[in-house]
Amino acid sequence: MNRIVMLPILMPLCTAVAMIFFRRRILLHRMLNAAGMAAMLGVSLVLLSNVKAGGILSLQVGGWEAPFGITFVADMLSSIMVVASAFIGFTTALYSLGTIDEKREHYFYYPLLQILMMGINGAFLTGDIFNLYVWFEVMLISSFVLLVLGGRPQQLEGAIKYVTLNLLSSSVFLAAVGILYGTAGTLNMADLAQRIPLLEHRELLSVVAVLFMITFGVKAAMFPLFFWLPASYHTPPVAVSAIFAGLLTKVGVYAIMRFFTTIFVHEEAAFIHQVLLVLSAFTMAVGVLGAVAQYDMRKLLSFHIISQIGYMIFALALQSPLAIAGALFYMIHNIVAKTNLFYLSGIIRRLKGSWDLREIGGIYRFYPMLGLLFLVPALGLAGIPPLSGFWAKFLVIKAGLDSEHYLLVGVALCVSMLTLFSMIKIWNEAFWKDDPLGEGGVEDEAYLKMPGMRKAMIVLPIVILGTVTVVFGLWFDPFFGLADKAALELLDAGEYIDAVLGGKS
Amino acid sequence: MTFLLAVIVGVLYGAGTYLILRRSLVKVIFGLILLGHAANLMIFTVGRLTKGAPAFVPKGTEALVEPFADPLPQALILTAIVIGFGVQAFTIVLFKRTYQSLGTEDLDRMRSTDELPGEKQ
Repeated sequence: MNRIVMLPILMPLCTAVAMIFFRRRILLHRMLNAAGMAAMLGVSLVLLSNVKAGGILSLQVGGWEAPFGITFVADMLSSIMVVASAFIGFTTALYSLGTIDEKREHYFYYPLLQILMMGINGAFLTGDIFNLYVWFEVMLISSFVLLVLGGRPQQLEGAIKYVTLNLLSSSVFLAAVGILYGTAGTLNMADLAQRIPLLEHRELLSVVAVLFMITFGVKAAMFPLFFWLPASYHTPPVAVSAIFAGLLTKVGVYAIMRFFTTIFVHEEAAFIHQVLLVLSAFTMAVGVLGAVAQYDMRKLLSFHIISQIGYMIFALALQSPLAIAGALFYMIHNIVAKTNLFYLSGIIRRLKGSWDLREIGGIYRFYPMLGLLFLVPALGLAGIPPLSGFWAKFLVIKAGLDSEHYLLVGVALCVSMLTLFSMIKIWNEAFWKDDPLGEGGVEDEAYLKMPGMRKAMIVLPIVILGTVTVVFGLWFDPFFGLADKAALELLDAGEYIDAVLGGKS
Repeated sequence: MTFLLAVIVGVLYGAGTYLILRRSLVKVIFGLILLGHAANLMIFTVGRLTKGAPAFVPKGTEALVEPFADPLPQALILTAIVIGFGVQAFTIVLFKRTYQSLGTEDLDRMRSTDELPGEKQ
């Protein structure tokens, strides 16, 4: 029964391997990719419902008992994240059908996408820190290749920055793992949570905590470690940017959440929460100020990712159950809304032939429905009720007020205003104002000639994600219930430890 | 021995950090490789060094007897070396392609992705 924990990792692997066997059959690649993602979404939903009904599931790989073997654990947090990632993977599979050119498809675009999903799911499900490192590397190497696939000079230049900074953070991760093993003698997360409070030699624990904060800070694009993100995320095709924007930074946030609520909660690491609070304020502010200054849609959205990460870090650094639940809800809301905005920017580019907001306009006049589809995630991101962002921000700010961090709440609210401002900027420039190129504007020839089926494939993911944003907003309660349960599990590690070490596998 | 290894780890970290701060791509990749080695060696060192006592169960006994060398750090390093090898190989190819396609290996001249709005190449 517990074997289902492995499925979200094994399925993309099998799909990818199967695709490589049929290298020249692109049509098969497309179908396998979409079917694989859909099946993964199904499996992860089953996993979530099992975890919801039966508590935390754990699997000891190869029958080696924890803490000696590698453990995979699906608690509420992990399974929610896996569902979110499979969902984004599925929509990206659809969007890729409409946008990815055949040359990229021939060079293993779809297998890489599957391997990326495997790395992400593995990182969410593993219960072992060294194994987490391995999944991070799986995720990184496939993201490297997806980033440079196509080989345009701009992509290569962005990739240099992305690759260098991420490899640097991996080596910090490795060093932290080594020191932690030397200090605690185990790398199993549950075992660590149990053993760290009882350790005798504690001198190095704060060093380890800081090293982990730095590595995950780089992955999550936290201030001042985010510079690789705006330098690279606008260079690959939109489908790739979108899945990166939705999922990769969130893996970093997930790791921070896991480490600093379950494993490093002892005295020596308590200062980390203070550091995270301060950094979160800077992350929010710097990200949104960067976004306000941009005119390139993708760059604007890339800077927004950073700003939104700030909210999540702020909430999880507060450490109250409400705040952690808020951070998780925020993360899910953001994954959906942000990916959607990237998809939309791709359509706008296709319609008007430019990323630069100053050179385009008048879309609303000819495509009013597209305007509506844009407003859902844009206003959702800014936090307008009744969309999902309102609840996400409400939870974070309520948690901030409860713990009397008034200054930070003030920053969060100001940043929210600026987020709304920059969303309205896209609206005004791309949709509302007259096209600077005159009546009708330039519509991309390639788009007009595109078959209706491919067009539908581009619009469908946007409709799906927009619906989710609305549903999150209108039926807030059941989703909050899940997030709340996940938060309680995180703050009280007892159940997690029992599930992994209690031998009920 | 531990002291010597600690010094070597320190030197590798120092040299690696210096190299990745250089503008030349070739030096950056060397820096990344050195940092990877430094991390591996550090795992080895902080995992406690035990000389001449492999982790084998002696004949006639049921369990390991102290002192024995902990095999886990070595397993970790082995995995990390393999991963590092793959990633570094990719990085070298990427850097070479970048050099070919941009015609420069000076990092200071690669700023088109960080341009501010209004500042054209």
